[in-house]
Amino acid sequence: MAIQKSRNKNIGITLYILFILVPIYWLLNMSFKSNEEILGGLSFWPTEFTLENYAVIFTDPTWYMGYFNSILYVGMNVIITLAVALPAAYAFSRYKFLGDKQMFFWLLTNRMAPPAVFLLPFFQLYSSVGLFDTHIAVALAHCLFNVPLAVWILEGFMSGVPREIDETAYIDGYSFPRFFGRIFLPMIRSGIGVTAFFAFMFSWVELLLARTLTSVEAKPIAAIMTRTVGAAGIDWGVLAAAGVLTIIPGLLVIWFVRNHVAKGFALGRV
Amino acid sequence: MRKVENNKAWLLVLPVFLLVAFSAIVPLMTVVNYSVQDIFDQNNAYFVGSEWYREILRDPRLHESLLRQFMFSFAVLAIEIPLGIGIALMMPTKGKMASVCLILVAIPLLIPWNVVGTIWQIFGRADIGLFGWSLTSLGMDYNYASNPIDAWATVLLMDVWHWTPLVALLCYSGLRAIPEAFYQAARIDRASKWAIFRHIQLPKLKNVLVIGVLLRFMDSFMIYTEPFVLTGGGPGNSTTFLSQTLTQMAIGQFDLGPAAAFSLIYFLIVLLVSWLFFTTINHMDKDK
Amino acid sequence: MSWMAWTQTTAIFFSVIACILIAMTIFEIKVPSTERRGFLPIETSRGDRLFIGLLSSAYLHLVFLGFTEIALWVPLAISVVWVGIVLRWG
Repeated sequence: MAIQKSRNKNIGITLYILFILVPIYWLLNMSFKSNEEILGGLSFWPTEFTLENYAVIFTDPTWYMGYFNSILYVGMNVIITLAVALPAAYAFSRYKFLGDKQMFFWLLTNRMAPPAVFLLPFFQLYSSVGLFDTHIAVALAHCLFNVPLAVWILEGFMSGVPREIDETAYIDGYSFPRFFGRIFLPMIRSGIGVTAFFAFMFSWVELLLARTLTSVEAKPIAAIMTRTVGAAGIDWGVLAAAGVLTIIPGLLVIWFVRNHVAKGFALGRV
Repeated sequence: MRKVENNKAWLLVLPVFLLVAFSAIVPLMTVVNYSVQDIFDQNNAYFVGSEWYREILRDPRLHESLLRQFMFSFAVLAIEIPLGIGIALMMPTKGKMASVCLILVAIPLLIPWNVVGTIWQIFGRADIGLFGWSLTSLGMDYNYASNPIDAWATVLLMDVWHWTPLVALLCYSGLRAIPEAFYQAARIDRASKWAIFRHIQLPKLKNVLVIGVLLRFMDSFMIYTEPFVLTGGGPGNSTTFLSQTLTQMAIGQFDLGPAAAFSLIYFLIVLLVSWLFFTTINHMDKDK
Repeated sequence: MSWMAWTQTTAIFFSVIACILIAMTIFEIKVPSTERRGFLPIETSRGDRLFIGLLSSAYLHLVFLGFTEIALWVPLAISVVWVGIVLRWG
């Protein structure tokens, strides 16, 4: 009976994974077809396998610079997010201070607030300080939701480290920065990795702010993809190829944190 | 954990405070300022008081998209939370399969939101997409671009595809935190599957589920990119949700005043819901 | 700063909010508050009650704006009284 049950489980999860993978497979399938073949009729695999669509992307600077721009601002965002969130999360996990709860709540509301609300003033704000259409503008704008999330996750991971470790280190004569850098950070390595992963992920997938705050120089790949809609209709093949290429960075990053990602999704709170 | 009282901790929080203040408080103040004025350009702005609020609150566009938004968010929760729990229970727990499974399930979360829209835009088309093609060959009259019900179903299905993994992974990590001893005790008591779920697994899942519900509600409440790419809010306005209505007003028509008033009303709703959740989470922590 | 389009009314509004926050902070340092149970169904600290009062006031204003033509002085007056009540007995 136990075997029967675990078989049912395996069938269930297999079906679900198929449900996830089939739409992605379809995108992959289309990216290897020419437009004539795509529009010519439905086929489950490319009959005339072509890399033409990928060639378009890798030879046209407006295309590949889009990937470069996206990765650049996402990278900046991850660094800024971690740099400010680590000390703050430590403070929240270790100390009581005036207005700590209110502060934490206020941070969270920023994670919850719809980017559309901030759209207009962001545009004006970054234009007025001369940052419009720069990578740093998008990186800073994405901090709005990434920093609160990072503080939230890191606080969860840090609360799992017993206080006694801090106290012993201070008694041994460690200063705060030395303790924090040498002892504490290595202990929550996995938490930092997961946080970086989440910051990467949410910055990578966001479109609305990134599109609004850029025009040419820092235009993200997501915004460039809308270019495939031309006078002759949509260039399905190139669109599919560009889509496939946006999935790859996420896959690479999740591979590194695969063992801790589940805990991360629970915001370090299990 | 017991915490030490120390107001110097503010120094550690200060960078976050300044950064988020720059990107949240300043813009929010600006929105408030815009919402009470009729703005033509930098030098031509007229104070109109609460007029935009009166106009927006009586605007059928707000009412309709608010109603659609709530319907959508509740549908999302009603489907994704039970499904996510179910999937978490089915996921393998040990060995290489567990990691592989985890990564496969997480894939939709790593795809840029506009690409999610694109995937389903292609997948749902009757001429070139497998999903649309299958439904049409089964004799169904399916077209998400012209039939509002189909459009709704597709947007919903897309969201289930996109975000159920989040709920599943949350629950999965919650389940992993249950010590094996609990299950052994249950086996000795010959507890039924349902009893194990009801008395061991579900209580442990409570914490992660609150987070899951919070994140799913809030994120579906601000959904913009995916339906924008898939249906463009149509057919008609049938899949235009709050964020899209707002974006149309702000960027499309550049109606700064009304858009700002709309933003603040939107923000107040989000504030209230976040506060309710936050209070719930705090009280659950206290009970522990 | 001109892009922020300040007006006198909103400037006064934000100054009042800032003053309330500063006053509450000083008050909190002088006389630390403990969480207690009032007529609200949950335990609240002073800061929580202020937040509840302000948020409900904002909704009160919206209700008046959306359903009536009454000038905003009326909900404003009600709100001031309401925030006071919540802070004292909430």
